[in-house]
Amino acid sequence: MRYTYYPGCSLHATGIGYDKSMRAIFTKLGSELVELDDWNCCGATAYMSVQKTVAFAVTARNLALAEKTGDDVVAPCSACYYALKHTSEGLAENPELRAQVDASLEAGGLRAEFSVAVRHPLEVLLTDVGVDRLVAAQTHSLAEFRPACYYGCQIVRPFGAVAEDPELPMSMERLFTALGARPINYPPKVTCCGGMLVATFPEVANRLSKDLVDWAIEGEANCIVTVCPLCQSNLDMINVNGDHKGTSHQIPVLYFTQLIGLAIGCSPEEVGMQHGLVPMDAKAPPLAVSPGPMTVAGARGA
Amino acid sequence: MTTLTNPPAGHLAPGALPKTEAELRGAFLQEIERIPGGGRLNQCIQCGTCTATCPVSYAMDLTPRQVIGMFRAGAIGELLQSRTIWICASCYHCTLRCPAQIQITDLIYALKRIAIEEGIFPKRFPVHVMSETFTENVKKYGRNFEVGLLLRYFLRTRPLGLFRQRRAGWALLRHGRIRLRPDKIDNIEQLRKIIAKAETFDLPQEKVPKEKVTTTVGYESIGR
Repeated sequence: MRYTYYPGCSLHATGIGYDKSMRAIFTKLGSELVELDDWNCCGATAYMSVQKTVAFAVTARNLALAEKTGDDVVAPCSACYYALKHTSEGLAENPELRAQVDASLEAGGLRAEFSVAVRHPLEVLLTDVGVDRLVAAQTHSLAEFRPACYYGCQIVRPFGAVAEDPELPMSMERLFTALGARPINYPPKVTCCGGMLVATFPEVANRLSKDLVDWAIEGEANCIVTVCPLCQSNLDMINVNGDHKGTSHQIPVLYFTQLIGLAIGCSPEEVGMQHGLVPMDAKAPPLAVSPGPMTVAGARGA
Repeated sequence: MTTLTNPPAGHLAPGALPKTEAELRGAFLQEIERIPGGGRLNQCIQCGTCTATCPVSYAMDLTPRQVIGMFRAGAIGELLQSRTIWICASCYHCTLRCPAQIQITDLIYALKRIAIEEGIFPKRFPVHVMSETFTENVKKYGRNFEVGLLLRYFLRTRPLGLFRQRRAGWALLRHGRIRLRPDKIDNIEQLRKIIAKAETFDLPQEKVPKEKVTTTVGYESIGR
């Protein structure tokens, strides 16, 4: 299957580990990620607070470009996912705004039907690939990993990327349990990390991120798994924050794609583990015997 | 619903608003008309679920529940002066849990846009500078250049903040996560044309047509 890949600004810089692991696992799973040609910034939440029509128009350019191939758009950054989804859904509901955005696009010689689907890689991997195929593709053990699965805000609300309880999503826990890891019980999994407040109100953002880190450490996790580059960098930054240096507030913060990559046989370098601020001690050794497809004779309890 | 009979007279009595307040109210009502479900504001039962849910309400001067209450009381002027609208992290948790399905996060965006338009900014918390620097970045390069954004933001607001970030900056740099040169899109002219055209729709919208201004407050007028 082929997808239009919208990396977004972060994945070209602070989120480089996410970019590497996305490309590595999609290649390994036989899917094609084609980076959207000449994509521009999604506008995130910053634009929306200044100029509304411009915020929609900026995002609409990406959707118009994506329509040239018509493949589903995969946006790994939660803010990009939200902005793209909000634009395509919001314009469908608001004809006046749609007319204004159409006129703006026309000024740039573009047209958009807003027909392409906007998807988050977590949902793509769970529905298009599926847990069964991921388990079948597994070559390395995740038995040493005890992840705290952290979903953050914008992929669970307001547009749930994966159809499940927005207060208690379990899709990553199910996925990683199936891959042999032991996810901890992590109640703050949908609590905000502080987002852009890290620059504007650092005291507030640090408190939110530090709570998330402490909760994971108290739950005896040995890593936090995130789905968003901003969540990852906010939590990872707690690791190097001077206030807690030398104390136990340190924990590796991974992307869920990195953990999947390790399980299906990508090397740690291929999935960008070297970009994490705290090295991951747990290793993913090769599985002794590859768990091939279950046969009737080999089925449990038979 | 009870109707207000014989509202007390006077400048600040319920039922009458000062001129600027009436204008702000008009601007806000016009903004929320454009938000899907914005009209549900009048369904608020003041239960406080939003405040209890908000991860940053502890740092706010007005809680989200109070924001809606003050809008009803006709105190938008004061509302725009509060730090609350700038501290919202847009996590949408209040919107998810609101039993009346009020789009609280989007309402706060609307208040933010009005505050920027009116030039009302919180002292010492230059959040709007972040948004402005961000939009300048997009116009210039088409993409967000993280280093440039943060450098300009801190230099414009509090240069000492940069010093406090040095440890994080160094750690990111050492791990190959900082790009020192901006990433510019090829067809930047096309994007600028789109933005220029879209801006023409944003500007006049802020000017409030007088017939839209409602001068009454209280439960009767909410959402009008």
